[in-house]
Amino acid sequence: MTTTEERPATEQQDRRPSTEAPRSLRPVEWLRWLWTNLTSMRTALTLLMVLAVAAIPGALLPQRPNQPFEVEAWIEQRPTLGGLYDAVGLFDVYASPWFAAIYLLLFVSLIGCIVPRTRVYWRALRAQPPRTPRNLGRLPASARATSSRPAAEVLEQAAARLRSRRFRVVVREDSVAAERGYLREAGNLVFHLSLVVMLVGLAVGALGGYRGSVVLPVGQSFANTISQYDDITAGGRFDPTSLPPFAITVEEFVAEFETGPVQQGAARVFRADLQVTEAPGEQPYDYTLEVNRPLVVEGVDVHLIQHGYAPVVTVRDGNGDVAFSGAVPFLPQDGNFTSAGAIKAPDARPEQLAFQGFFLPTAAVDELGPRSLFPDAFAPELFLNAWYGPPREESGVPENVYSLDVTGLEQMTTEDGSDSLRLRLAPGESVELPDGRGSITMDGWERWVKLQISDTPGLGVTLGSVVAAVLGLCLSLFVRPRRIWVRARTTPDGGTAVEVGGLDRADARTGLEEDVEELAGHLGEEHDTARTVPVGSGEDGS
Amino acid sequence: MDFAGVSNTTMVTAAVVYLFAAIAHAAEWAAARGTGAEAAPAGSRQEALVGAGAPGPEPVADARDREREERALLRVERYGRSGVALTLLAFPVHAIAVVTRGLAADRFPWGNMYEFVSTSLLFVVAVHLFLVLRAGQRWLGLLVTMLATIGLGLAVTVFYVDVAPLVPSLHSTWFIFHIVAAALSGAAFNVGALASVLYLVKDRAERRGAVGGYLAKLPSTRQIDLLAYRAHAFAFPLWTFTIAAGAIWAQYAWGRFWGWDPKETMSLVTWVIYAGYLHARATAGWRGTRAAVLALLGVVAFWFNFIGINLLVSGLHSYAGI
Ligand code: HEM
Repeated sequence: MTTTEERPATEQQDRRPSTEAPRSLRPVEWLRWLWTNLTSMRTALTLLMVLAVAAIPGALLPQRPNQPFEVEAWIEQRPTLGGLYDAVGLFDVYASPWFAAIYLLLFVSLIGCIVPRTRVYWRALRAQPPRTPRNLGRLPASARATSSRPAAEVLEQAAARLRSRRFRVVVREDSVAAERGYLREAGNLVFHLSLVVMLVGLAVGALGGYRGSVVLPVGQSFANTISQYDDITAGGRFDPTSLPPFAITVEEFVAEFETGPVQQGAARVFRADLQVTEAPGEQPYDYTLEVNRPLVVEGVDVHLIQHGYAPVVTVRDGNGDVAFSGAVPFLPQDGNFTSAGAIKAPDARPEQLAFQGFFLPTAAVDELGPRSLFPDAFAPELFLNAWYGPPREESGVPENVYSLDVTGLEQMTTEDGSDSLRLRLAPGESVELPDGRGSITMDGWERWVKLQISDTPGLGVTLGSVVAAVLGLCLSLFVRPRRIWVRARTTPDGGTAVEVGGLDRADARTGLEEDVEELAGHLGEEHDTARTVPVGSGEDGS
Repeated sequence: MDFAGVSNTTMVTAAVVYLFAAIAHAAEWAAARGTGAEAAPAGSRQEALVGAGAPGPEPVADARDREREERALLRVERYGRSGVALTLLAFPVHAIAVVTRGLAADRFPWGNMYEFVSTSLLFVVAVHLFLVLRAGQRWLGLLVTMLATIGLGLAVTVFYVDVAPLVPSLHSTWFIFHIVAAALSGAAFNVGALASVLYLVKDRAERRGAVGGYLAKLPSTRQIDLLAYRAHAFAFPLWTFTIAAGAIWAQYAWGRFWGWDPKETMSLVTWVIYAGYLHARATAGWRGTRAAVLALLGVVAFWFNFIGINLLVSGLHSYAGI
């Protein structure tokens, strides 16, 4: 445990505030009082606990960055509570000012703690092992022995022995003082310092990094320019012109699912075969992208993060012309890939056409309506509602590609006008729209993949700091600092009385008595254990 | 019977034998009631296995009392030994269940909650048996066998799933590091927590000056505290590594090493609480009781992360569902 002399910095910090607080203080004193308080062990402990508590709501409530739709649903269900939570940032805890305040305070405290402790450690590193206590018998472990050799020789022998055990040794007039385990405090400092370095690494990544994604049906290509992303988030120092100019074509995507009775429908294989061109004009190469096997191009990571289905349709308009043809990505709604989406043919004439509905890879219709029963495409079908309306000018406003904005459109109905028109299509099937408005054909289906393209600078710093932190932690927790003293005095009868005493300075002490005994046995012809205090009830220095 | 069948049968068998072991240890505690009431003053030294009820300075104890006491102590010893014997019997059965599960699945047996719990508990019992056989420390027996019974009981009833391959995101070397480190550190945190419970109980009894029965036979609070500390000191760097390995894996799988996913967040909360525990032990006024309470908070966070988050909250990590 901690002895007073052992950790001067922390012990003083623990005590000083209480003695200084009550007086009325001048500003400078007040600041100093604040600083000593902030950097005390007790404050660190409190801040750690506050941080733990503050992080919990984010694990239990949906969070905007991860689950925006769940957040809206949550607020809709409980408007009052939801509004209140929203106002204090409980739906985005980790970006909220109060959360930042807690960890920044903690890190200020941490730095305020590391600096003085490093100074103390630096001094301790160069200092000699401490002075020999007057009465070695009062140490937690001690032993006596007698020797017939002269005292100086015994001391030399003790020093040699302790040195070979990797103690730092100093020989004084009638005694030897030895200490080992300096690495413990070094490990502790490295650990705490690594936390600061890690924060720096994280900050670099957050400022200079970006993360974007793009949905690509099989057969389509992506060129890495900002305009081709579906969405992108970037830190304040991100430079969009710095994107490396690679291009990717998705040649094939394979998904396999468990068809056996156990975990039926669980994913078994995802694999995307890509053709990659690192820069315009360069030779393309093939790459197989899998879930744990990202593609790295010039430091930029490409991950496979989602996949889904894209029905391939052809829409003919009232004039008989093809108004739209191609694969339309639909968005999976559940584990069986019931997928929702919209097919838009704004160029259809005389009226524009639009469709909204579901793609079901393994379709079934029951009392719950149409839904998919299995994630693989065993019986794919398309269920759609149809809309029409006057031609619309290109507005340039970005639209959600997965849903239909029906303002200005009219829904098609059945012949008698009693119900909305419901279309059901299997691959190869075609349906004429009522009133000669045209037709829609389901040519087939394709799979799409969602690629995430990201760059996180500072990753090396962050990783390095974590490695250093773990190593420092191990040193700090497993190195056992120990002090041993040996005193040799010439007795009146001409022999030498040897006293050995030892003190452990860490919590996990074992083997101190054994070491002391063994040393006494080594030094003397005969020895007896004056006193060894058992592990566990020795005096703590504090 | 195939491997899966062997695994299922032996797992249930192990749970039942642990139950008997727990009953034997409970009888050990019960038999110690009324003995050692006038145990030596708090803080003095008591060995765990030495048993003999500290022949303290108490001249008036008449012969009949002493005889009754001796008989009780013999019973304590007998029940305690049966508890250990039953645990020694259950442990290899449990080990067979875990190994055959792995053989049946043709991979390491830690792909879902069921497998994780059964493997982790195997580590917990291993630590306990190590303490029994190497250090003669039997006193964790009751709590460890209770934990093993309840844990394995839950595993075979609530968490059970049939053998199945892993989903693609789990095909990663880092996943193996991650999950092994999690199981090991989980085991050590649990041993630490059990020791902390005993520490709190004994410390309270000492403060009221009423250390009797089995409590008197436990090691000193200082020694219990030390064991708790060692378990935590072993577990904490491993837990740090667990989180780091998980982050590296997430970087490979999802292209972000940290996303404040509920599971990640609770792991961090657990880590921060244990960091608090280690600080508490070095802070005047916090060491001892308050540190032990923090250790218990830590283990609650650990279990909540493991069970609560899997069952209550949906996130990327709910891969295992159950
Ligand atoms: C981000 C916040 C912090 C974390 C996660 C953290 C974590 C830890 C951990 C895990 C330990 C135990 C390992 C060891 O003994 O080296 C420890 C020890 C220690 N920490 Fe921190 N710490 C933090 C902040 C601080 C601050 C602000 C101070 C200054 C008051 C501080 C002072 C200490 C000291 C003196 C020890 C040694 C205790 C001993 O000797 O047993 N820490 N810290």
